[in-house]
This record gives sequence, C-alpha cells and structure tokens, in this order.
Amino acid sequence: MQAFWRDTVEFLPILMSGVALTIIVTIGSLLLSTALGLIWALMRVSGIGVLTGFSAGLINVIRGIPIIVLLFYLYFVMPEFGVTLSALQAAILGLGIAYSAYQAENFRAGIEAIDKGQIEAAQAIGMSWWQTMRRVVLPQAVKIVLPPYGNVMIMMLKDSSQASTITVAELALQGKLIASSTFKNTSVFTLVALMYLTMSIPLILLVRHFEKRAGQK
Amino acid sequence: MIELSNVHKSFGKVEVLKGITASVEKGEVVCIIGPSGSGKSTILRCINGLESYDSGDISVEGARVDRNAPSIVSIRTQVSMVFQRFNLFPHRTALENVIEGPVYVKKEPHAEALERGRALLARVGLAEKADVRPPQLSGGQQQRVAIARALAMQPKAILFDEPTSALDPELVGDVLSVMRKLADDGMTMVVVTHEMAFAKDVADRVLFIDGGVIVEQGPAKSVLNQPQHARTQDFLRRVLHPL
Repeated sequence: MQAFWRDTVEFLPILMSGVALTIIVTIGSLLLSTALGLIWALMRVSGIGVLTGFSAGLINVIRGIPIIVLLFYLYFVMPEFGVTLSALQAAILGLGIAYSAYQAENFRAGIEAIDKGQIEAAQAIGMSWWQTMRRVVLPQAVKIVLPPYGNVMIMMLKDSSQASTITVAELALQGKLIASSTFKNTSVFTLVALMYLTMSIPLILLVRHFEKRAGQK
Repeated sequence: MIELSNVHKSFGKVEVLKGITASVEKGEVVCIIGPSGSGKSTILRCINGLESYDSGDISVEGARVDRNAPSIVSIRTQVSMVFQRFNLFPHRTALENVIEGPVYVKKEPHAEALERGRALLARVGLAEKADVRPPQLSGGQQQRVAIARALAMQPKAILFDEPTSALDPELVGDVLSVMRKLADDGMTMVVVTHEMAFAKDVADRVLFIDGGVIVEQGPAKSVLNQPQHARTQDFLRRVLHPL
C-alpha cells in the first residue's frame, strides 16, 4: 500500500496531463457529435425524401465502421489525399463522427416522441417547419433525450482512450507509457482506472438527475 | 368568406369527403354535426391546410387553400384553429402560449403582444392563470387558453374541432359560454360539435354530415327541430335521447 501511495505521488502529475487531453478529446467530440447528430436527425425527420435517405444511409455507414478504423482512416489515410490532421484533431473528428450516429438516433427518437397535436398547433398558428422545431418540438424533446445523452457522455469519456491508438497522449496512453518504462503495471493501471472512474461519477450523477427530471411531468 | 366547392378527400382507399360544397359568411356561426367518422373534423383540417384535399376547391377570402404553397401561412394566421385536445405547448406558460403566434409568426412587438395577451386571458376568465403552465390547468381552463391563443392571431374566423369533447361534463359550460360571447361579438366560427344545445342556441346554420356528404343543412333551429332527412332524424334522436 505504501508503495502504491509513493507511485501515486510520483506518477500523478504525468497522468494529470493525460487527463487534460482526455477531457479535451471528450468535450470536443461531444460537441461535434451533438451538432452533427442534430443535423442528421433533423434531416431524417424533415419529410424530404432525399435528405431522409441520405441521413439514414450515412448513419448506417457510420454505425458499421469501428471507431478505431475511423481514427486510423482520418489519421493515416487522409494525408494521402492531402488532408493532414494533427492526432488531436483526428481524434476529435473521428470520435465526433462515430458518435454522431448514436446521437442522431437518440435525437430522432426524442423528436418523434412529441405528440403530433403539438406540431399541428404550431402549424395552425402559421409557424414554419423550422420554427415548429425550434420553438415547440426541440424544447420538449430535450427532456426526453437528456438521460440517454448522459449515457453517451459517459461512453465517450471512456472511448476517448481509443485516441491513444493514433498517438494522442491522453490518460490511457500516458498510463501505458509509464507502465512500460517502470514495469509498475499494478500501480499505474489501478491509478488510471480510478481516474476514469472519478471523471465518470459526476456524469453518472448527472444522468440520474436527468432521469428524475424526465420522470416528472 | 370560406368557400368549399366539391371537395373530395381520401385516406388511402377510404374516401372520407365525397364532394363537400358549402360556404361560411362573415360573422356567421356554422355548426357541423354528424356521427363519428363522418368527415366533420377533416373538413376543418382541410380549411386551414392541416390536411391536403384531393380535388375540388377551398378558398378563404378568395385565396385558395394549398397546404404546400407559401400562402398557407397567411391563411393560417387569418383562420385560427381550436383543437379537441387543446394542444397547448406544455413547456410554456398560458401567457406565453397566447403570445407565441403574434410574436414569432406575426412579429409583433413583444410588449404589445404581452399586453394584448393578458387582455385576452382576462376575456376568457383566466387573468390570474397567466404564469401557470398548461399541465397545472384543468381541461376547461386549457381549452379557454387555447381559445385565447387562437384569438391572439386576430383571425377573421376560428375553427373549433370538437372543443368540448375531451372535457369533464362540469367544465363544458365555461368553454361554451366563452364561445357564445365570441359569437355575440360577431366572430366568424365553424364549430364541429356534439353539443346540440349550443348549436341550437348559438349557431346561425347547421350542417349535418354523414358518410362524407352534407345530408342536410339550413338554419340551426329548423334542422335541429324539424329535420327533413331520415338520417338526420335518426341521428338527432340518438343524440338527444340516448336511452
């Protein structure tokens, strides 16, 4: 135990620099996936055949490709087409795109759960499709969407570790680097696990709060 | 001001409107009665473009109703709709529900809309409920807010789609008396209803619809008191004397 505390004091500063990158990757890809997911979802419910079809196809393609392959593609293949991204950019873009498919399906479910009478009432006072979405449907859908959205946040936090495969020195990669140079696998990976858990707990509590609020009318 | 001429409408293979021709004059109160599924609500929904129609013509003050044309927005601001299930926006207060259309569709100044919104809530007897959200209101109160929301658009006519059918019986009176006041003030109204007493008292004209056609129409008192057609007689007997 004493050895563990000693290791903690020694490795924590290095691991904390990894935490910073983990948080940057998570927040960046969360924002990107939310924006893209909302666009895919709105296209899907637009009632315009081309947009609906495009969005449905895109979501299936994204869902069918493993995150790690998407990351490899962005980081190793895109330069061959003249698009060179930094590891961090590729990580945020890759995770953002990968998760946009799940966000889109979640948002669509929320939008479609809104009573049709709400949309008719909005139309009956002359609102356009976009006004109906922005003023009537989306504000009500948020409540329905938030609990699963919180779960996506937790999953993204953990999946940000996949960025290590394209050399982003986030928490998991920092841990692996320390472990392979000190051979203190137990201390290092216990610490890494505890740090992920520590970051997850506020999100887990947030999800519980969202669920309680969604339960109330 | 509202003209329907030979309007046909099908849902899939079921033809619900089989050639409806009717007109509503300015200031007139027209009640549409008839059995469930006869197409009454569909007529209203076609008039403000919530449904499309397959053939025939509907016009409001000379403007053709086409739900896919940009002109539908201006028609909808002239012809408001009150729904059976109120359809108030639950995430906004009563007052916010009322000013939503004026502020965001008609682009009225916020302060002006607020002032008029409060006056309208007072007019339907709900001045003190302005800051309450719909789920905290009774059905009758919600429907009166919905009427205020319709009035806020300063429409030339209001369509009522069974406005009291979802209400507890003791709350029906409040809503009907608000509607009667509107009629007295000269509002053009088309009301789909099962409230025969209201139709008899308030309506200028009654249309009896069955099977997608207008079976009988005329002044309210004569259709309701001396129906000529056997189907009208049968319907009224069942509604007025269910036992």
